[in-house]
Amino acid sequence: MAGKKPAFNIQILNHSTVEQTGVEERAIRFTKRSIKGASKMQGLHMVLSMIDLTTLEGKDTPGKVNQLCIKARHLHDHIPGLPSVAAICVYPSMVSVAKKALQGSTIKVASVATAFPSGQSSLRIKLADTRFAVEEGADEVDMVISRGKFHAGEYAYVFDEIAAVKEACGKARLKVILETGELGTLDQVKKASTIAIAAGADFIKTSTGKIQPAATMPVTLVMLETIRDHFYKTGKKVGMKPAGGISKSKLALHYLVMVKETLGDAWLDKQLFRFGASSLANDVLMQVAKETLGHYQSPNYFSID
Amino acid sequence: MAKKKKWDYSPAPESKQPAAISRRYELFINGKWQQPTSGSYFSSINPATEEKLSEIAAANEADVNKAVQSARLAYEKYWKKITPAERGKYIFRIARIMQERARELAVTETMDGGKPIRESRDFDIPTAANHFFYYAGWADKLDFAFPNKKASALGVAGQITPWNFPLLMAAWKIAPALATGNTVVLKPAETTSLTTLKLAEIIQEADLPPGVVNIITGAGQTGALLTKHMDINKIAFTGSTEVGKIIQRTLAGSQKKLTLELGGKGANIIFEDAPIDQAVEGVINGIFFNQGHVCCAGSRLYVQESIAKIFIKKLKDRIGTLLVGDPLDKNTDIGAINSAQQLKTIQSYIKIGKAEGASFYESDCALPKKGYFCRPSLFTNVAQSNRIAQEEIFGPVLCILTFRTDDEVIEKANNSPYGLSAGVWTDKGSRIFNISKRIRAGVIWANSYNLFDPTSPFGGYKESGFGREGGLQGLQPYVQLS
Repeated sequence: MAGKKPAFNIQILNHSTVEQTGVEERAIRFTKRSIKGASKMQGLHMVLSMIDLTTLEGKDTPGKVNQLCIKARHLHDHIPGLPSVAAICVYPSMVSVAKKALQGSTIKVASVATAFPSGQSSLRIKLADTRFAVEEGADEVDMVISRGKFHAGEYAYVFDEIAAVKEACGKARLKVILETGELGTLDQVKKASTIAIAAGADFIKTSTGKIQPAATMPVTLVMLETIRDHFYKTGKKVGMKPAGGISKSKLALHYLVMVKETLGDAWLDKQLFRFGASSLANDVLMQVAKETLGHYQSPNYFSID
Repeated sequence: MAKKKKWDYSPAPESKQPAAISRRYELFINGKWQQPTSGSYFSSINPATEEKLSEIAAANEADVNKAVQSARLAYEKYWKKITPAERGKYIFRIARIMQERARELAVTETMDGGKPIRESRDFDIPTAANHFFYYAGWADKLDFAFPNKKASALGVAGQITPWNFPLLMAAWKIAPALATGNTVVLKPAETTSLTTLKLAEIIQEADLPPGVVNIITGAGQTGALLTKHMDINKIAFTGSTEVGKIIQRTLAGSQKKLTLELGGKGANIIFEDAPIDQAVEGVINGIFFNQGHVCCAGSRLYVQESIAKIFIKKLKDRIGTLLVGDPLDKNTDIGAINSAQQLKTIQSYIKIGKAEGASFYESDCALPKKGYFCRPSLFTNVAQSNRIAQEEIFGPVLCILTFRTDDEVIEKANNSPYGLSAGVWTDKGSRIFNISKRIRAGVIWANSYNLFDPTSPFGGYKESGFGREGGLQGLQPYVQLS
């Protein structure tokens, strides 16, 4: 969205409440879908194509990031026809390394920013952090909201900050991390989602991966429902990224079922849905190999960059 | 990149093999399988395929007499004499064997009645087993259930169950009767006798004394004979209000105790401050659970006018994601209508609703070519004066009405000959208590719908019947207090 920054309007928070037990029940229903045969294979391919392969550690080096980028391009060349992951997700200082390593591929570089993971810094620093990531070549920026301000009831501050970061992103797409593990209730998750979407988020994202609990199905469902409300009202599609804790194929397929039955088939696309994960890819690859060859292979056959 | 193929779920059918349905079932009387005196059998078919599953003995008057006699004998000879703890032991045993044979029971229930395997597997069978577990615990604690009183058994209980939850309803009836020391003659609905007959096998396996539980099969005629029998102390019936009235007339002047659990037209009320997305889910579950063949279904939806538009839009979108088809497929949400006759009833109500001027909406999903299927559907622009808002359709058809104030919706919800169930959705605790106090219904769910537990009593007001099943209250209809 180019041009004017949106202004906070308190009325956006006049949304309906959330009933936790109802959300949990609905989330369990998605896990009862049986995904077998052709639909399993198609689902697994889809999961791979939606992964933001992530490394966010203090000990990250150009060497580590480089290896991860090679993994992103060559997930498992023993099986032809596999998609590549959607993006590599790194700290701002590693963006240029990743950008170079991924040259010539369709894989995006996503960078966390805004004093990730706590977000406890000034707006000036956060904007500078964002601009640095974008200048280094980030295609996508994963920002964190100010949870402290949110809990203090300063919703306008949270909103304006997101809008400002969005502006600083320029052409880069903005994912807004709510850090739902720190928000306390599903009602708060809905409120934070609504603020982030109204302030211009291209994606809303559950977690940094540094706080437990990270992504859960109930939390993701509430966020998907908020995206749906926005779509009903405006016709605009906002993306969703659960991150942290999704390391098994079966769980990833349950998430896809949830997306399909909540938002529809249009959202089953890496433009609108991502998994933030580091070890999910190999579990999916093992399942794909099993479906292809008819038996499980040892984990030793799957690279661990 | 090529345009992606739409992601649909591949068929995931449960195997039919665990059902192990016999080609023919006899009557279970006095602990033995006995041929019917009539020598006649009727067919039980799979409503999803219209294929014959088995043939089942039709009990006539001589058979009913035999069954009641053996129940009486068993009461005098064994059941009255053993200790309450011993009774509990047998009931626990039934519950455990049901769990062991859960898969067989679930597949059979789905093949015989048309309900989705997900429901029979996750709801019907486990809840039925839980009922036996729950009442087994009461068997030796009746003094605590009725403090300062002595609870004694009535004698022989005649029980008649409906076709919508065959095994679960058998459990609701048999478990409290046995726990309180009564013996039983039970007749299941003729379209869905199979799991009750398997329950007879389980009772045999649990080694209950002969005659304590007798299962006789047949059509309405067999049930009528049972209710008329002079040596029965108690009748428990779950089914239509029409038949319930006939039974009550039959029993007038007799000493028999009676429990009736009849029809309903549940009001599900959505206030503007409700958790909308969960309420939509609750409405879906309230009306489409078990194809709408639920006496407490939330078939009358009252939505506050200020949110009616968005609520109905969300409902329609959600209906679009329901999967209708093969009940044995693990992904099926809505299975087959129980019988050709019931399908006809539902279709006639849809016709009536259209003729009454209500707006009809149904899912655009494809239906299987064979079998009895009905798309999930709803009517908007419905008024209290419409027949579809007054009468029980017993199918996947929702009627939507709107309201403005609390008083108005209470009055409208109570404006029905039925009074079995209701739902209220609001963020305001005080409103929940106000509404639930003033609505005449046996069960009222707050911010939820169609939740069941053996510890919770269930039953109706007005033409929905009387007496309670489940919980402590469910013991009362089977005891004499002194």
